[in-house]
Amino acid sequence: MEDGFAALSKIVSERESEIVAHWRQLLVTASGGTGRIKDAEVEKQCRDFLSAFAAGLGAGATVATDPAFDSARELLGGVSQSRANQGFTPTETATFVFSLKEPLFEQVRASYPDDTARVASLGWDMTQILDQLGLYTMEVYQRSREDVVRRQQDEIAELSTPVVKLWEGILALPLIGTLDSARTQVVMENLLQAIVDQSADLAIIDITGVPTVDTLVAQHLLKTIAAARLMGADCIVSGIRPQIAQTMVHLGVELDVVSKATLADALALAFQRTGRTVVRKAVAKG
Amino acid sequence: MDRIPILKLGRALLVSIQVDIHDRLAKALEEDLSERIVATGARGVMIDISGLEIVDSFMGRMLDNIAAVSRLLDADTVVVGMRPAVAITLVELGLSLTGVKTALNVERGMTLIGSGQYEEIEGDDAPGGGDERDEG
Repeated sequence: MEDGFAALSKIVSERESEIVAHWRQLLVTASGGTGRIKDAEVEKQCRDFLSAFAAGLGAGATVATDPAFDSARELLGGVSQSRANQGFTPTETATFVFSLKEPLFEQVRASYPDDTARVASLGWDMTQILDQLGLYTMEVYQRSREDVVRRQQDEIAELSTPVVKLWEGILALPLIGTLDSARTQVVMENLLQAIVDQSADLAIIDITGVPTVDTLVAQHLLKTIAAARLMGADCIVSGIRPQIAQTMVHLGVELDVVSKATLADALALAFQRTGRTVVRKAVAKG
Repeated sequence: MDRIPILKLGRALLVSIQVDIHDRLAKALEEDLSERIVATGARGVMIDISGLEIVDSFMGRMLDNIAAVSRLLDADTVVVGMRPAVAITLVELGLSLTGVKTALNVERGMTLIGSGQYEEIEGDDAPGGGDERDEG
């Protein structure tokens, strides 16, 4: 069907303006006139894609993965990515390619008004190649959404593992959320770097915000504590809630470290270890 | 053959590892160190690994070995200046060096060695002299 694609290419390049006009109108109707993308931009996207599509067909490409379609795929990728980032739904994104079928088919029919067999065969070729391109659009859309999710995950991990300085040489690490291997890695790196930066010799790991402590979480905690010890810093674990303490005992989780019930108790112990005392002064009532 | 220098500081020995250590060098250090502990009667061994960027299980075992040998010869081992990446690697390898004391830097390591029993030992060294000063 080599000649079929060549014929399609000819139709596309000869009747470009009609196709673009029809296509654009369909796109505007489909989007319900929300105006999230400017009309001029849509027209430019249509025109660019159509000429790349025609060039690809003209170069003898018969499948969407053909190198001749590289520029067309690249354009589609850009369109799909920008729509994914702007919050378009998958349907709205895929419509960009699929709505090209109608105007294209119309022009094919107009080119061969008497030859139904020819129209049917060209229509089939066109549908196939546009379907492949449509699937490609969805793949790019999916990938860009996954990128967004991954970036947000990184940000959450970064945000939820702050290391704060409580006093000269005393650090606190308030953990919030479940500790998995990936987060343990981030927590460990942050803590060790902070120990170097602040030349700390005591770190308080507060697990008030950790919803559950199972054997795995305990193992991760112990790893962090061992690494801090290798850097010459002692760790105190604080904020073990009553239910969690009970669960840990029932599970047989051994956390062989210095632990205190609250962060305040841990800070008091840290003061004691570093030879500091807290004195309350009488304050004159004003 | 290259050797890692061992410096004597009071009753402690200081080993500063500034190059990437290979197996033969590590073995030589272990031998040299045990000989020097006996020869000098040192009570503490401080190993500064701030220059060490790459660590493997052999290196971790060497530190453990040195600590065990020192303990047998009645000297404490303090490892100082470990980099965060090295600490993470050792923990991931399952080597937490439980028999070794640790400190952030050489200064803190000296305080650790200098504190506690070592000062008393220094005093014990010259009992006669100490008594005379007390009376005078």
